[in-house]
This record gives sequence, structure tokens and C-alpha cells, in this order.
Amino acid sequence: MAAFKDAILAGLVAALLALPMLGFHLGDSAQGLQLETHLELVPLAAAIVFAGRLALNLAAPWLAKWKDRAPAGKPKLETGVSRRPLYIGIAMAAAALILPLTPWGDRNILDKATLVLIYVMLGWGLNIVVGLAGLLVLGYAAFYAVGAYAFAILSQMGFSFWQCLPISGAVAALFGLLVGFPVLRLRGDYLAIVTLGFGEIIRVILLNWASFTGGPNGISSIPRPSFFGMPMTASSPGHTTFHEFFDIPFSPVQRIVLLYYVILLLALVTNLVSLRIRRLPVGRAWDALREDEIACRSLGINPTSTKLSAFALGTAFAGFAGCFFATRQGFISPESFSFIESAVILAIVVLGGMGSQTGVVLAAILLVGLPEWFRDLAQYRMIAFGGAMVLIMLWRPKGLLAGRTPTIRLNKGDAA
Amino acid sequence: MNAPLLQVENLTMRFGGLIAINDLSLTARQNEITGIIGPNGAGKTTFFNCVTGFYKPTEGRLTLTPPDGGTWPLQAMQGFRIAKKARVARTFQNIRLFPGMTVLENLLVAQHNRLMAASAFSIAGLFGLKSYRKAEAEAVEKSRQWLARIGLEKSADLPAGSLPYGAQRRLEIARAMCTDPVLLCLDEPAAGLNPKESLELNDLLLDIRQTSKIGLLLIEHDMSVVMKISDHVVVLDYGARIAAGTPEQVRHDPNVIRAYLGADEDEPLPAVVAKDLGEQ
Repeated sequence: MAAFKDAILAGLVAALLALPMLGFHLGDSAQGLQLETHLELVPLAAAIVFAGRLALNLAAPWLAKWKDRAPAGKPKLETGVSRRPLYIGIAMAAAALILPLTPWGDRNILDKATLVLIYVMLGWGLNIVVGLAGLLVLGYAAFYAVGAYAFAILSQMGFSFWQCLPISGAVAALFGLLVGFPVLRLRGDYLAIVTLGFGEIIRVILLNWASFTGGPNGISSIPRPSFFGMPMTASSPGHTTFHEFFDIPFSPVQRIVLLYYVILLLALVTNLVSLRIRRLPVGRAWDALREDEIACRSLGINPTSTKLSAFALGTAFAGFAGCFFATRQGFISPESFSFIESAVILAIVVLGGMGSQTGVVLAAILLVGLPEWFRDLAQYRMIAFGGAMVLIMLWRPKGLLAGRTPTIRLNKGDAA
Repeated sequence: MNAPLLQVENLTMRFGGLIAINDLSLTARQNEITGIIGPNGAGKTTFFNCVTGFYKPTEGRLTLTPPDGGTWPLQAMQGFRIAKKARVARTFQNIRLFPGMTVLENLLVAQHNRLMAASAFSIAGLFGLKSYRKAEAEAVEKSRQWLARIGLEKSADLPAGSLPYGAQRRLEIARAMCTDPVLLCLDEPAAGLNPKESLELNDLLLDIRQTSKIGLLLIEHDMSVVMKISDHVVVLDYGARIAAGTPEQVRHDPNVIRAYLGADEDEPLPAVVAKDLGEQ
């Protein structure tokens, strides 16, 4: 009976929600906008929700039984420490390396893979700040924007991509330090809100300081990267182009392959640095700070400078990624660095499992790659996104690949 | 008599209208265990928080004179600098380990400042230079020795939070010792331990005093610990010092008995209480 009551309640709520969302519709007609009513959809929605809820309620005892039975086969020892084989990561990197050489490596796939790799790199960069140091940052796209605009503005003065790459990272890190210094004494939610605000400030400045940033029109004709000084164009007066040097016919795919390898290299550097720095004293201090700041102070660790170092490193990688983004697009505008961008990057980190490098790759493919492949279904993207989030929170509340690998082991022989 | 290590002069700590510590003066000496006892709310932990920089004292001076020279005005130093420069380490009343990190990692975090310098602020470490690898190996070796001393060598790669309570207490002491302190402040290290573990703790603390030659400050309610191992006991009540001396002197001090029992000083102690205070 309780199951029935609950289902009726769910149906009523569905009807209430469906009334404005499904019942009324603004339609474009010859007379301009007109209100169309589809009231027949409301009871339908209510009936579906009622039936679904009732079925779920009736099935609940079986579901519970099934859930109890399931883990019996594998006794679970929750130690929070896991050991993941290294070869998965190496295999993934190798697969990424040879992708352009395989028959699947056409222009379309490489373009999408490049986009995914940008987000993988951003995810790894943010992972340093959020996953390792435990600082919740909601404005990561701002530093991405700083890197992109640093390159775009410098390129107008005649600097090349390779000259600007380190500068972009340094400028983004400088912004990270400037923002971080006053706000890192805040914790958790407060830090998240301040960084959210900073992200908006950067976007609004980019939008309004038209003389410097081009305002809403953005900056266009940003130069493409060259291959050791050789431009990747059909012809270039005064320069030996890439295809002339290697004496091969010109093809626009060459440029795309170069871009792909550049971002792959950048992403792998990000990965190596974060894997390595985790095992260094500063990485362990980030871990420790995330777990207990008071204990850290009692051990003589300077919380401010330790957090700042995580912030600066993470934002530097955002700057590198931004520089690459600018050169790949050839055009940037403030639109590319909205809050949703920060949210997607954070979602990649959280979904992948905080601090997990492989998880970030999986989540980036899931959140950025799949929507690119299923562009025809774009209107259902947000439903899928929301659904995926709910499922993950239900089944893997700590992210796809959760669990922490110790940074060092004393008893090397023992398997954990 | 050993040279003074920590001199507390006229320390006062007020929280609004509440006077937690009132004009407290005491001296802790090198290579001695100084016990600090007192009824609940006497200001013992507040005193610790002042010494270790978690609170800034309202008035008074805390001067640390380590055996290797120099003087540190602790009342004017920031929390983490007291641990880093003046080398005062502490443990907490409610254990504060890094529960998700392994036992070994906990001890390595304690050696952060030395390793950080060795890794040239991560640059040398990032490239895996030999000087850093050597420093890290030394740090691991030091951790291993401490783990052997507290009997946790086998658990080195387990998360610290999964250890039994008594082991977590010992690990916290070892972690504090890994910072190479000149003064170790222990806030109720025996709380929650069973009698056997308490005895082991006594041995550990005496061993630390013996081998590391440092001063220890000890807050404890467990009289079987305080009275047995302290060289010197200070009794606080309502933030002020009401007695000080050897355990034997303090045990018979009428002020102490009054503070603890509210009894008339002429009245003999009940047998149970006398036993609790450690009188054989």
C-alpha cells in the first residue's frame, strides 16, 4: 500500500512539473509567437512516472536481495589504498602516439582526439589543484583564458607559438599566484565561490576591454605552430615549408597531425610532472594538507606557500593548454571561456576520481569525446550528461577510478 | 640540574572575558619530562596551544633555549615556524594523523622541510637528481627506525587511519619525533590506552628522553603515567599554577589535593583516591 501511495505522489509531482514544461509550448507561426497547449502530454507524463515508480517500489525487495548477494563472490577489503598497474597508462599513451599512423587516423578522428586531449590536459592540470591539494577551484577556465589571450595578444606583436608557450604558462601561473595569495586562507566552499567569481571577472574584462582584447569580437588570425621553424602551409615566401623540406606533397592533414602531436606532448608532460610531483615532498605535503591542515602546521609545513605552489603549477598547465587552444582555433573570444567550461573540466576531474590520472582520461572521453561523435543527438546531450552523473554518484560515488596509490612503499615485496 | 629549555613567564591567555591562563610561569628543562596536570578545564591544552603557536598569548613570554644555542621568542612566532625553526613538536588530544596516507608517508611528511631543501624546492626532485634520492633514502631509513621502535614496521604501507587506536597514538609520537624536535609536547598520549599500552608508552617516552636528549612536556590524566615518568610536575587549576615539584612533592601538596577533591586538607584521602594518585 505504501508503495502505491508513494507512486501516486511521484505521479502528482510529475504532473505538476509537466504542466509548464510539456503542457505549454511557444510555437513560431505566421502570426508570430503563439502559445500552443499540449495538455494531453501532462497525464501521459504523470502516468509514466506513476508506473515506473510503482514498478520500482514493487521490485525493491528483489533489488535489495540482489544487492546483498552480489558482493559475496568477492570479499571487499576497503583500505583506500590501491595498486593500479602502470602498463595500462603506458598502453594508452602508446596507442595515442601511433593513432595518426593507423588507418583510423583520419582528419576527423584526429581533430576530435585533439579536442579530447585538450580536456585531458586541463583535467590533469586541475587535478593537481583539486585532486592532490584538495582546493576546490570553480574558475579554472579563467586561467585557460589567460594563457590563450597571452599568446593571442603577443602573436599580434610578432611572437610565434613556441616562443609564447612558456610565456603563456608563466602568465597564467602569475595570475594564479595573484588570485591565490589572498584567497587561499579560505577553505572548501568559500574558495570555490571566490574562484568562481574570479572566473567571471576575467571573462567580463575580456569582453569589455575591447582595445586590448578585441572585446566580444575576440582575436583572430592567430598564427599556427611551425615545425622547427618550418611553417605548415602550402607555400610561404622566404621560408622553407614543411612539405618542401621533406619533399612530400602538401596536405592540410599534416598540420592537424602536428597539432595532435603537440597537444599529446603537452598532455604527457603534464601527466609526468603530476605523477612525479606526487612522490616529492611537496606532493606529499599537498596530500597531507588536504587531510589535516592543523597537523601540517604542527609539523612545520607552511600551509600558504604549499597551497600556492599547487595553485601556481595547476594554473600554469591551464596557461599552456590555453596557448595551444588559441593556436589550434586560430581565433579566440571570451565565449570559449565561460563558466560551463570550468564546470566541464571540474566534472572531468570529479567523475574520473579525484587524483586518478587514468580516470581523467576516461572522463574526458566520456564528457567531451562522446558528445562530439554523437552530434546528431545533441539535443539529448544534457539529459545524458545528467543521467550519467546520477548513475556515477549512485554506483561510484568516489569517481570512476577512485582509490589512492601510496607514493612510496617500505615493504616492496608485499602485495597490498 | 639540567639547563632550562622552555621558560614561561607571566603567560596570560584571555578569550573575551574568560581567562584561560592566568599569569602562569614555569620552566621545562632539557632532557627532562615535565608533567602538567590539573582538573578538566584547568587550561592545560590552552597552554600547549600557546607554546606551539596555535594561539597567540594575550600577555607574557615564552622563551625557548635549545641546547645548540640561540633563543626563540615563541609568543611572537607563527604556528608553523615554531615547529620549523624553533623545533617544537606536538601531538594532539584527539589524534591528528593523515588517515588516508600510509604510515610511512605520515613519517615522511614530518620530514618535509629537510626533504624540501634537499629537493631544491622540487626542481632537483623533479629530475630525480642523486642528491635528492639520497636524502629521500635517508628519510625512509629514519622512518624505518622509528617504525621499528614503535613496532609498526609491518604496517608501514597501510593507511594510518586503519591502524588500531594504540598504534595510532604511538605513530603520532613517532611522527612528531621525525621532525627532530628539541621540545616534544604530548597532549594526553595515554588517553584511551589500556593498562598494558600505557606501560609501553611509559617505556617509549623514557626511551625518547634517554636517547634523543630532548625535553618533553606531558599533559596527562592517567596518574600511573605522569607520576611514574615525570621528573617534574606542574599542577594547574583555573589557569594558574597551584603547585610544582617532584611527583612525590606534588602528590602530598595540600593545594593539589584540594583542587582535585575539594576536600579539607586535614581530611585523609580515601583509599581508592590515594591509589589513583599513585601512592603505594
